[in-house]
Amino acid sequence: MTLEKHKYDVVIIGAGGAGLRAAVEAREAGLSVAIVCKSLFGKAHTVMAEGGAAASMGNVNDNDNWMVHFRDTMRGGKFLNHYRMAELHAKEAPDRIWELEMWGALFDRTNEGKISQRNFGGHEYPRLAHVGDRTGLELIRTMQQRIVALQQQDAKEHGDAEKNMKVFAEVTITEILKENGKIAGAYGYRRESGSEVLFQAPAVVIATGGVGKTFKITSNSWEGTGDGHALALKAGANLVDMEFLQFHPTGMVWPLSVKGILVTESVRGEGGILTNSLGERFMFKYIPDVFIDKYADNEAEADRWYEDQDNNRRPPELLPRDEVARAINSEVKAGRGTEHGGVFLDVSKRLSAEVIKKRLPSMWHQFYELAGVDITKEPMEVGPTCHYVMGGVEVEPDSAAAVGVPGLFAAGEVAGGMHGSNRLGGNSLTDLLVFGRRAGKGAADYVKANGANPVSDAAIEKAAAKIEAPFTSTGGENAYTLHQELQEITHNLVGIIRTGAELTEAIEKIADIRKRSGNISVTGDRKFNPGFHLAFDLDNMLLVAESTAKSALLREESRGGHTRDDFPGMNSTWRQVNHISSFDGDKVSIKSQPLPVLPKELFDLFDVHELEKYMTSAEIAKGGSN
Amino acid sequence: MARTLKLRIWRGDDKTGGLQDVTVEANHGEVVLDIIHRVQATQMGDLAVRWNCKAGKCGSCSMEINGKPRLACMTQVASYPEDEVITITPLRAFPVIKDLVTDVSFNYKKAMEIPAVVMPEGMKPGEPRMQQVDVERSQEFRKCIECFLCQNTCHVIRDHEENKKSFSGPRFFIRIAELDMHPLDMLRNRKKTAQEEHGLGFCNITKCCTEVCPEHIKITDNAIIPMKERVADEKYDPVRWLGSKIRRREEVL
Repeated sequence: MTLEKHKYDVVIIGAGGAGLRAAVEAREAGLSVAIVCKSLFGKAHTVMAEGGAAASMGNVNDNDNWMVHFRDTMRGGKFLNHYRMAELHAKEAPDRIWELEMWGALFDRTNEGKISQRNFGGHEYPRLAHVGDRTGLELIRTMQQRIVALQQQDAKEHGDAEKNMKVFAEVTITEILKENGKIAGAYGYRRESGSEVLFQAPAVVIATGGVGKTFKITSNSWEGTGDGHALALKAGANLVDMEFLQFHPTGMVWPLSVKGILVTESVRGEGGILTNSLGERFMFKYIPDVFIDKYADNEAEADRWYEDQDNNRRPPELLPRDEVARAINSEVKAGRGTEHGGVFLDVSKRLSAEVIKKRLPSMWHQFYELAGVDITKEPMEVGPTCHYVMGGVEVEPDSAAAVGVPGLFAAGEVAGGMHGSNRLGGNSLTDLLVFGRRAGKGAADYVKANGANPVSDAAIEKAAAKIEAPFTSTGGENAYTLHQELQEITHNLVGIIRTGAELTEAIEKIADIRKRSGNISVTGDRKFNPGFHLAFDLDNMLLVAESTAKSALLREESRGGHTRDDFPGMNSTWRQVNHISSFDGDKVSIKSQPLPVLPKELFDLFDVHELEKYMTSAEIAKGGSN
Repeated sequence: MARTLKLRIWRGDDKTGGLQDVTVEANHGEVVLDIIHRVQATQMGDLAVRWNCKAGKCGSCSMEINGKPRLACMTQVASYPEDEVITITPLRAFPVIKDLVTDVSFNYKKAMEIPAVVMPEGMKPGEPRMQQVDVERSQEFRKCIECFLCQNTCHVIRDHEENKKSFSGPRFFIRIAELDMHPLDMLRNRKKTAQEEHGLGFCNITKCCTEVCPEHIKITDNAIIPMKERVADEKYDPVRWLGSKIRRREEVL
């Protein structure tokens, strides 16, 4: 078989929102772009985003602006965010939303005809641009159609729609190639035929999304196998803060087959309340000290807030996701859960059936068809589900360049830093637009300055040998079985509540599976063979799980998406520390690195008494850097 | 395990293939995609199937279940009687690649043939003002998850490969209708091109596409029929016809 070879300026791995936005930017900068994705074009996990995209356009409450959004993002992340990413995100998000509208997106409207914005957990004002509860679909379709529009331009001008930008659907990348310490391309296989593909390119943008499939109960699709995290590690890049995983508080818990599927936070944004099996609206018990002046401590005030947001505090159902997930977990553990191990989420008492079907159409659909529950009449049963990884590739905020690997860029969920220890709902869709664009621009600037970097034959041979390995192995291990074992380990030992002893056990067990994975044998041939595909996905998930477990063991405190039963409090000294994962070809090691210090102008955006809850007295005295 | 299921799964490729009998356990509340995954993990490691979200939102796991075009992730096993054998086959309108996976590239080619939205000249980001009622008509069509079940069931192409060249199919009629009803789109003659370039005239309104749409988009009533009526207005109304001729003569003079 002759090797399929392509030459591009930029290769983008992943065709979700971040990848497509990066592609548009690089293409508009005059570069040739390959978009490589594991699924069909337009199926990326971005379609699953329901609630909306957070941007301080101020269309519903004109008190909103980037500074308020920045503050909310930092609070949500418990001040572990890379301040510069949170700043860029808050400043640029409105432009990214308005730009989508120019490309044909049709968001829901306010009475004045502007883009409507809805309330969401942790956001001080109504901030999420949305289309019912299918905002992610609107975003991906708009980006997809923008790509097609640019291809139509090329067809008109050059007679070839794919001259400057081509989508390689159903291709898995197994290795990022380097020569002389810099990016030279990427290597992989076509899922359809199993035949191998070489991309030669001086810049690679990783936009592969998340790692949810490492866990047993997850809202993520099969694609969320941490490919980009692992590819980056193997290429010599670092991952930052991999201990932080977001367990979305509301996944479906029943029937078994749909366990983990997301129930959008919009249900709570639109007035849904959480109750336990005793009928108690339990969230009032779980308002942490740092949020006590922002959330209502009684039902009457919480209910009034929906009508009058200026004079009442928010209902505690709208606390950041980590708080709500932990609260639900505690209720269930205390024996106040539902029959199927969740709690009740009810929107039927506040909204009419008609309004529910209009504002939450896919939720109605999902519960009616998969669980036989009519959410306009009865409550949903919900519980935490692994939803999002805050940790990811360590990048330079302005260019999205991966630290330590010239020519490598990362954006979207696969990049770390932006969300700190916990992401606010709605910040993901704008994250991937803001940093997708910046990664596309960063890659374009890099290529213009550096030029081509040819791939050597030796690198090609090495990459090819790796793909052949599972077919020649006679070890007899089954990839599906190993994947299930890994999911049990992460679920039981690296899940929502962790302890040092369990994490130590997890690290040993993950290493054992990793050893056994070297003996995976595949049945059948290369043609669209899911067993073969899983062998590679599993290798990635194992690296991610190792990185997460090791980072989690080191962090002896509880913060955001990392809860240690043996270290239950948040600790200001730990806030100053990032955990950096690197890979030596054999194992992942973690080192501590100081968190970048908030500069004075951003420090001054906060009330100093609020910062005292998060920072050491020495930091407060210093008042930010410079 | 709640019950034992008997399945017949089509296995093969572009050259040869046939139905294979499989017996597998099924739990309460499971959907057909769960069963396929169990078969994959325990009996047929290389059984090819596309899927992504498993929540009816991405439109990847389209196949035919007992001859009906469906999403496997939204099809409850319990909806079939205990003793019924469930037959699972790939989409019929598209060429098989392997097992339940078909080559749907036809659809991406057709997408490329529809001109993108054209914004009013000089309009800047942040400026558009639209009323909710005005965006809702297009929003209905933008719910489409591109599962291509409507394309698969449409009799114009289901068993007529020769029509594919001149017929874009229901998925792309709603795309054209969406742009045609888009409050800001400035490109004219979208309906006319639907008729002349995308084969709208082939459709004889049997509504099969609407029936299989998992998003319950009223493809025929809200997109196809309105476009057909408007096209008919312009094409067959004698007064308009005369008007167009007179105008043309004036242009000649």
